Amino acid sequence: MSPTMFDRYLRAFSETLTMVSISVAISIFVGLVLAVTLVATAPGGLYPRPRFNKAVSVVVNVFRAIPFIILLVALLPFTRLIVGTTLGTWAAIVPLSIHLIAFYTRIAQVSLNEVDHGLIEAAHAMGFRRWHIVRHVMLPEALPGIVGGMTVCVIAMINSSAMAGAVGAGGLGDLAIRYGYERYETEVLFQIIVILVALVTTVQFGGEWLSRRVDHRR
Amino acid sequence: MIRKSAAVPAAFDETPEAAPAEAHIVFEGIGKTYAGGVRALNGVSFEIRRGGVFGIIGRSGAGKSTLLRAINMLERPTEGRVRVDGVDVAALSEAELMRLRRRIGMIFQHFNLLAAKTVRENVGLPLEVAGVPAAEVRRRVDALLDLVGLSDKAEVYPAKLSGGQKQRVGIARALVHDPEILLCDEATSALDPETTASILDLLRDINAKLGLTVVLITHDMAVIRAICDEVLVLDGGDIVEQGPVWKVFGDPKGDATRALLSPLRHGLPADLAARLRPEPPPHGGHAVLALRFTGESHPEGVSLAALLALAPDAKLLHGGVDRIQGHAQGDLIVSVPVAAMRSAVGARFSPDSLKVLGYVAHDV
Repeated sequence: MSPTMFDRYLRAFSETLTMVSISVAISIFVGLVLAVTLVATAPGGLYPRPRFNKAVSVVVNVFRAIPFIILLVALLPFTRLIVGTTLGTWAAIVPLSIHLIAFYTRIAQVSLNEVDHGLIEAAHAMGFRRWHIVRHVMLPEALPGIVGGMTVCVIAMINSSAMAGAVGAGGLGDLAIRYGYERYETEVLFQIIVILVALVTTVQFGGEWLSRRVDHRR
Repeated sequence: MIRKSAAVPAAFDETPEAAPAEAHIVFEGIGKTYAGGVRALNGVSFEIRRGGVFGIIGRSGAGKSTLLRAINMLERPTEGRVRVDGVDVAALSEAELMRLRRRIGMIFQHFNLLAAKTVRENVGLPLEVAGVPAAEVRRRVDALLDLVGLSDKAEVYPAKLSGGQKQRVGIARALVHDPEILLCDEATSALDPETTASILDLLRDINAKLGLTVVLITHDMAVIRAICDEVLVLDGGDIVEQGPVWKVFGDPKGDATRALLSPLRHGLPADLAARLRPEPPPHGGHAVLALRFTGESHPEGVSLAALLALAPDAKLLHGGVDRIQGHAQGDLIVSVPVAAMRSAVGARFSPDSLKVLGYVAHDV
């Protein structure tokens, strides 16, 4: 491999890593907040606000419904507003995050809803404030699912980031398309596939290990 | 942390005429209709006295869970009022209700321990969220784990504990705010008989040591017999009867009560029932009698000499006597030769009820 090609790989790899890590961090934080909001404001929840709940849920669904490549283009004006440009790695982070926020919100919501209602009742009986129930009961009890969801999320993000080449964000997927597909350098295509498989496998095993670490249910 | 209350409960309600103890929890016409129109409670009124162990029994759907949850407002009744120490709990603000709930411990059928926290963290959490300093939390958790016999399990996660140990953690957690009332929601229904007995012993012990009022709901009369002073029988949202446990056991008034008691009673064995005939056989034979002792007239026990006086050839076929709150009571099934029966029935020995169940041709 020529030194320039190696540099391209390195650059693409770091671009992918940047896109994935920053978008994941943003979407897990915002997604968790939204998931808690949805669970808490649901009818029968800690702070029941059925109409507000419905509205948030519809918005989340809208973003869940739009395929990423379309969202990428549709969000261009918003992206420019946020990061000042529609090109490059940072320009990709905006739609990636929004795409993933909606995805992760639903994953975290499922985990939070699975927390045994008896635990919440017990917390009420012990004189917990509602915020304490979220902080000390719902979030810790849902943690194994929340962590498991993060793994799914990071892998989905590695996938989606391949499409970010469309806005010149670079990354491994972009490299694979430009060299492997458009220039018929099949070798590059396969090398990138190997790198992606290794990356995804590492994330998966790492995620499973972490999930086991926080799971005390058996 | 162990507060000696002035209101130490009388060991047993020896004299029914004793002055009624101060009411701790008062139910005034509590009714509950669910959103779908299902009626769970039909306006029930009763009192729970301070320092006792009060049992509410009923089949599933009788409304006992709704009644228990009205005490700490986990479920709001649609009619009536619950007063704890004279205070209407439905009228409390959120902050006041929170303070009330800290004075009322609660344990659950499925324990409801946090899987993500160790035993120590589970027991200490109610104090932690109430802003108690960490050193104080530690001290109290240690004392409580000692009380429930789980000092060696402090750093273990609940998943590693047996059902009985989980319930002990639940009890320790319920006592952490030093409550005046302990609510037990089917606390032993998920446990095996041996563990059930040890948990009931612990509850009795806590009631005696800490002087708190225990209110429990169950569908198992054996639980009532084991630890309660007073029992309330609930059926279809109505009170069937209420009273000292020995009285309700000795002389149940309602069908629902009798049905709930039937597993504990010595009924007629099936093989004997099959051989019974309504009329005495032509040549003698035996009469089968059911004697019932309610604990009212012979609280000290059933005299064996009197049993013998029933008839020299009388035979004890089946039965048993239980001592509940100092009152001996039970059912005996006896066979007596028909020839000797007339004198037997009029004998000086008198059970609280005597019934001729039927006759058998030969000796049984």
